[in-house]
Amino acid sequence: MGELAQYLGDAGTRAALLSMLLDHVVLSLLPLVFAIVLAVVLGLVCHRYRRVNGFLVGLSNVVYTIPSLALFAIIPAVIGTQVLDPANVVIALTVYTTALLVRPVVDALDAVPAHVTAAATAMGFRPWRRFLTVELPLSVPVLAAGVRVGSVSNISLVSVGALIGTGGLGTLFTDGFRQRYLAPIVVGIVLTLVLALVVDLLLVALRNALTPWARAGRA
Amino acid sequence: MIFLDAFAWLFDPVNWTGTKSIPVRVGVHLLYCLGAVLGASAIAVPLGLYVGHTGRGGLLLVGGSNALRALPTLGLVTFLYLVAGGGQVGVLIGLIVLAVPPILAGTYAGIQDVDRGVVDAARGMGMTGAQRLWRVELPNALPLLVGGVRNATLQVVATASVAAYVGIETLGRPLLDGLRVLDYGQFVGGAVLIALLAVLLDVLLALAGKLVVPRGLRLSARPRRRVKQVEVGGSTA
Amino acid sequence: MKRTLAVIVAAAFAVSACGSKDDLSGANQPSTAGEVVVGSADFTENKILAEIYAGALKSTGAKVTVKSGIGARELVVKALQDKSLGVVPEYTGNLLNYFDKSNTKTASEEVYTALKSAAPSGLEVLEKSAAEDKDVLVVTKATAASGVKSIADLGEGKYVLGAAGEWAQRWQTKIKDLYGVTFKEIKTTDAGGPVTVDALKNGTAQVANLYTTSADIKANDFVELDDPKSMYPAQNIVPLLRSDAVDAKGKEALNKVSKALTTENLAELVKKVDIDKQTIANVAAEFLKTVQL
Repeated sequence: MGELAQYLGDAGTRAALLSMLLDHVVLSLLPLVFAIVLAVVLGLVCHRYRRVNGFLVGLSNVVYTIPSLALFAIIPAVIGTQVLDPANVVIALTVYTTALLVRPVVDALDAVPAHVTAAATAMGFRPWRRFLTVELPLSVPVLAAGVRVGSVSNISLVSVGALIGTGGLGTLFTDGFRQRYLAPIVVGIVLTLVLALVVDLLLVALRNALTPWARAGRA
Repeated sequence: MIFLDAFAWLFDPVNWTGTKSIPVRVGVHLLYCLGAVLGASAIAVPLGLYVGHTGRGGLLLVGGSNALRALPTLGLVTFLYLVAGGGQVGVLIGLIVLAVPPILAGTYAGIQDVDRGVVDAARGMGMTGAQRLWRVELPNALPLLVGGVRNATLQVVATASVAAYVGIETLGRPLLDGLRVLDYGQFVGGAVLIALLAVLLDVLLALAGKLVVPRGLRLSARPRRRVKQVEVGGSTA
Repeated sequence: MKRTLAVIVAAAFAVSACGSKDDLSGANQPSTAGEVVVGSADFTENKILAEIYAGALKSTGAKVTVKSGIGARELVVKALQDKSLGVVPEYTGNLLNYFDKSNTKTASEEVYTALKSAAPSGLEVLEKSAAEDKDVLVVTKATAASGVKSIADLGEGKYVLGAAGEWAQRWQTKIKDLYGVTFKEIKTTDAGGPVTVDALKNGTAQVANLYTTSADIKANDFVELDDPKSMYPAQNIVPLLRSDAVDAKGKEALNKVSKALTTENLAELVKKVDIDKQTIANVAAEFLKTVQL
């Protein structure tokens, strides 16, 4: 406890913690946003063209077997980014999260009742507008469940990037370990948990805002 | 190019003998993964069955297992190393913590998913609570439960590489060593081995799952199972 | 429909491509004369030195960021060359061996002179410091008491060595050629960190590769083995930089730092961080104040 107070008592440390936290937010949430967009697009492709579906679902399973540490570091060799570029972590996490989200998107789109889409078509909706205003909103609850898992796992995965010099709060683990200093490690774990919780609450709030009919149904 | 280097590393005889050989590391890697999945199952399956069966504490369980997912494995492993004064226990606990949420989610969702009509019918036949759990709910929950174990295994196999950071000779060793000196052959070779191991274990578990799930359930479980995977999925590291 | 889809896919990729180029921490931008990125390897002393370099450069009015805890030399040099980094604290002997694999020089001046011409084009070293931090093989007091005083006493296949991943590649042949020493096993631990020290303490390794400024040597009563044939070359601390990353004023400031550093005050700085748990930033700032930079 005393150790913790001494550690947090230093203004420089607190400033450094804040900047690591911000890095962590960007490194974990930017991929989430990219992945949602990519997964919706890929999910739509799978939904429309069933043959692609099996292939993409299989691919996303394979992606999940690659250790994140490996993916973080292979990316510069494959696409020619700088070895220490934070983009490596962002791209790797985007790949993982997309793999995680594609299946729920397809399932959610498949689950939209045929009579609903038929009704929209009958009302004169063009396919594109129907997708954006009917099918996509209806798939939000399932998509949201996937996004919540994705955000939590991204937030915890970013730390591994510390082993290649881009770790957000993960840097606290490697630094603390080398100094045999528990305070930074404990602070890192707590901040990661708090960040995950706050983001999760925000996502729930966002989901509720996007699905007003669910609330009406419950009331 | 990179993959050629990896190929060269994988088939270099030097890497197949001695205490730091590929087989030894695969063995250590497997041992930790097995320990973690078994340990996590011992905790998560009874807990999931209990909560699913009684319906008590469902919210707490979901919240708790989501919080567990957020625990960074690297942080946990370094913390436990310093507290316990060594890597083995820390790595095992860290991996168990990683494996608990998917297994818990799978078990719980499996029980929840059992058709209420079926459970009521069992009750009507005069089955006790324990009989219903063992003879009706558990067999019906198996497809999702096995799904949870498969997810946990994938994550644990990928994450056990972090153990190398605290000096344990898992397949993470070539990853970290290769990374330090930018030896991509060694590095990618290690990653390929880990991925192969994960795929192999997944296939084995899928087969095992087919054997333990009663035949009558296989067809009916399939469509629903895909949707449920959403909640069962998780992180690799 | 197909065309719309194609546009969306393309747009999504464009968005992710732009986004990933976003400036996340400043370090992914090539460092220009106005902005210097100081990097460090993943051990305490090197991180302190990087902070000190950063402070010195800041005093010249340059904009500086620090990218700490990158892996070993191979990665750091690559990062200098691809412009992820501008300056790193380095060690003359190991750096020379890295640039010139066939090097046999080990004495301080010789090494430094050779290093100046061995650096690949675009990179250069500034003046070397008197401060040195060498690799050193250490054993426990008990092992030393059993008659192991010098590297030559390690014999053939008798002991297990704990060292960082790159040790075998760098030294395994040299130690055999010079001393006829082989190990029962070379265990990969870490670069002079807790895993290495603990392996020696709990006996899973009997010999460990540490660094002479390490606070762990004194704290655990480890005994440093003599190296009469100078297997480990002189390791004076020297800034390695990409020539276009630092201006003349900056180079002058770094030379001033090198003059102020000694092996003793460097070891003291390491102790303040590793044992007394002071922050690297504070320890570096304090040092800069005492040498008036």
